[in-house]
Amino acid sequence: MSVSTLGAPARADSAPPSLTVKKSRRKLPDLRRWISPLVIVALWQIACETGLLPPDKLSSPWTVLQSGIELAGTGELGDAFVVSTTRVGIGFGIGALIGIVLGIVAGLSRWGNYLVDPPVQMLRTLPFLGLIPLFILWFGIGEEPKIALVALGVAFPLYLNVHAGIRNVDSHLIEATTALGYTRSERLFHVVLPAALPNTLVGLRQSLGVAWLSLIVGEQVNASSGLGYLINNAREFLRTDVIVVGLVVYAALGLATDAIVRLVERRALRWRAA
Amino acid sequence: MASGLTVAVRGLTKRFGDRAVLHGLDLDIAPGEFVALLGRSGSGKSTLLKVLAGLDRDVTGEFTVDGKVSVAFQQPRLLPWRRVWRNVVLGLHPVVGKDVALAALAEVRLADHADAWPRTLSGGEAQRVSLARALVREPGLLLLDEPFGALDALTRIAMHRLVESLWLRHKPAVLLVTHDVDEALLLADRVLVLDEGRIASEYVLGHPRPRELSDHIDVRTQVLADLGVNERATA
Repeated sequence: MSVSTLGAPARADSAPPSLTVKKSRRKLPDLRRWISPLVIVALWQIACETGLLPPDKLSSPWTVLQSGIELAGTGELGDAFVVSTTRVGIGFGIGALIGIVLGIVAGLSRWGNYLVDPPVQMLRTLPFLGLIPLFILWFGIGEEPKIALVALGVAFPLYLNVHAGIRNVDSHLIEATTALGYTRSERLFHVVLPAALPNTLVGLRQSLGVAWLSLIVGEQVNASSGLGYLINNAREFLRTDVIVVGLVVYAALGLATDAIVRLVERRALRWRAA
Repeated sequence: MASGLTVAVRGLTKRFGDRAVLHGLDLDIAPGEFVALLGRSGSGKSTLLKVLAGLDRDVTGEFTVDGKVSVAFQQPRLLPWRRVWRNVVLGLHPVVGKDVALAALAEVRLADHADAWPRTLSGGEAQRVSLARALVREPGLLLLDEPFGALDALTRIAMHRLVESLWLRHKPAVLLVTHDVDEALLLADRVLVLDEGRIASEYVLGHPRPRELSDHIDVRTQVLADLGVNERATA
């Protein structure tokens, strides 16, 4: 045998692409995807100006924009924004804490799984938005029922994904670190939690979507402040422009929080990016 | 138990239900000795390795291992969320600096991949990182669980040379579990055949290194016979 290449595998090394791929991917967004949305907005504007769409059914995009600027100027929109965002923030915090802690408990310990999983799975099948009447009886009509509704909606997707993430950890990696002398808690930190991170982030995105949905529903039912109040109030006066402004802000908030999670995902999951 | 040995096993028995996979097994490995363990599938090779690695404590009998133990598995088992060099220092407690990892990676000629993610490595490269992780601990005993089994033939040949050179430099005792007879004859000081839960036969190989496949043709025929493979006389 005359092998002189000690250990060097007989194939090209795959190091360089990691740099070049990154650069070539940063292209400009494809402008062709903007054509149809812009056409739809233009048609909407034309329909309003020709009287096809009366303003008490739907205001024109231009009116909506002007109302938005006006509401922002008076501070009404800003106040409503802060109130609604606070509700989601607190509700999300509580729900995420419950979902993640229960998910870890059920994922890590056999008894945790026996005791925690069945009731959570049963409660999960309840249409939680249908709990609003009970929540009003329990918590009154202040901030509490809205926050509770958001928290409840958030907890389930996070629980399910954290639980699944922990359950699906590759047992070979656990064995490899055990052989290196890692204790149970070290394995939790170095192997189990990082392995569960991708699922957890999926759960985070789902639960943020549910959080905004829960808030919108909660604020429709009763509210004396916040974006939902702004919308309901506008309905009384047939102000479709204000309603659309409220909806646009809801949508923007949902998109913004989703974008934040996607950013976190890109940073935290670089190791598995294709 | 007798001192001076890296591994001393006496009367080791491991049962799965009624079946004893290891049945009163005795095994000594001297410091710096390269031992290859052959056996048919299901003969308990990997079970023995797991016991020595401390991954299976549900056994009877006695065994001592002197010094740290490292394992390289058939699959590299790198943590995908750690860059290559951080995977290497996983082998050390507490975690040390990058320079130590770079030195270990240089030994397997992967220093320039230190900052890569494991998914970007080829199978052979990942296996070399796994070796670096095992050796950075300066183990007294290096357990190799068919570490070349999943590699293509060319990469496997290169890996044999690499493992031999690393072993000569660090001189840990090595227990190589394999079903590849040629691999065992190429690398080991001593070849053991495991059968019915015990060491059934043993061959001491004296040929100087690096060896050629033809160096132990006579032993090869006997080992294959031990494993139940009878070669035809016409070759």
